[in-house]
Amino acid sequence: MNPTAPALQATFGTAIGRTAVARDGETVVYVAPDRLLDVMRWLRETPGQEYDYLVDVTAVEYRDRERPLEVVYFVRSLARRADLRVKVELDPAAELSVDSVWDLWHGADWLEREVYDMFGVAFRGHPDLRRILMWETYAEGYPLRKDFPLRGRFSRAEQVRQALNANPEAHYSLEELSIADGFAELPAEMRERLRRGERGNVPDSP
Amino acid sequence: MKEVAGQSPNYLLAKFQDLVNWAVNSSRANSLWPMPFGTACCAIEFMATAASRYDFARFGMERQAFSPRQADVLICAGRLPFKLAPVIRRIYDQMPQPKWVISMGACASTGGIFDNYAMVQGIDTIVPVDVYVPGCPPRPEGLLYGVLLLHKKIKGESLFDAERRRDEQPLDDKGLRLPPETIDEISEPFGNSVHQFRSA
Repeated sequence: MNPTAPALQATFGTAIGRTAVARDGETVVYVAPDRLLDVMRWLRETPGQEYDYLVDVTAVEYRDRERPLEVVYFVRSLARRADLRVKVELDPAAELSVDSVWDLWHGADWLEREVYDMFGVAFRGHPDLRRILMWETYAEGYPLRKDFPLRGRFSRAEQVRQALNANPEAHYSLEELSIADGFAELPAEMRERLRRGERGNVPDSP
Repeated sequence: MKEVAGQSPNYLLAKFQDLVNWAVNSSRANSLWPMPFGTACCAIEFMATAASRYDFARFGMERQAFSPRQADVLICAGRLPFKLAPVIRRIYDQMPQPKWVISMGACASTGGIFDNYAMVQGIDTIVPVDVYVPGCPPRPEGLLYGVLLLHKKIKGESLFDAERRRDEQPLDDKGLRLPPETIDEISEPFGNSVHQFRSA
């Protein structure tokens, strides 16, 4: 058992649910969703804890529909060589949302987008919560949810139609393409296309 | 050619067509410039086909065109997710006529084992395909055989027959290449995957 787990229980009391040791020896701590940000900030900033690296964010939905959906955070302290898993349980019948940890680790940006894309978990306070794997206009739902049929919800013809009508250049925002800085030097035609929002938001020209 | 003098000009014209067809088609067939669209393990076999041991330069494909504007055969090597469907369609549209498409491998041809929400069930729902190369992935010999079949097909084409001339095959007003019923039909599951169901 990672000594961080009892330390968390001593600090946060009832906000920490059960703790467990996973089969691979890592410690799992269940946290109440409303205290997640406090716990994560404590883990990151408390001397002696210093979990400075967010390895991954993912989610688990169990086959048993009674069980809650879990959002899992893998954090690591590079200096102390310690790992911890933090889990938040969400009721799959209610709205799936949890606070974003982007403020603590900016690396959570794409990780949370992926969880949003595949499971439909909305991360409150995320700066840019869009789909990341599926295209942004994808309308069939969240593919890794248990109620999602393997072949998707639409007919194949409809899927082909939507795919062919998608704009292949619409998937990337200006920031991702890193052309925001050079916006003024772009050809006028491309500037106009960008201004129409085909690739996302365009910064105001100076 | 001795008989030609006394015959009608039509006879001459017909032979001229054959001559032109032969000259143009064998030039086209024997100097194909492939545009590789490699998305998966088939692309590894494609690279092996291009490399020295198998070397499709022996069949005139000396120059791989990594730009659709200078290519005349699109080789889709690997599975095609729906997210890439508009991309391959645009690449196909950007290739100048005449152009041909080889669908390399089970996934490009049918979706293969990926009968799921993310994968196009055969690129022929997106672009017209001339040669399907089966295999998972096909060995280089398989791809070369497909290329030779394409040679045969090109050599059988006619420049003068308007009905057999290749057209652009544009998308219809719904943005589809085939009628929706046809797409649904050719995307039907087969093999082990028939036991799955569509609706939740």
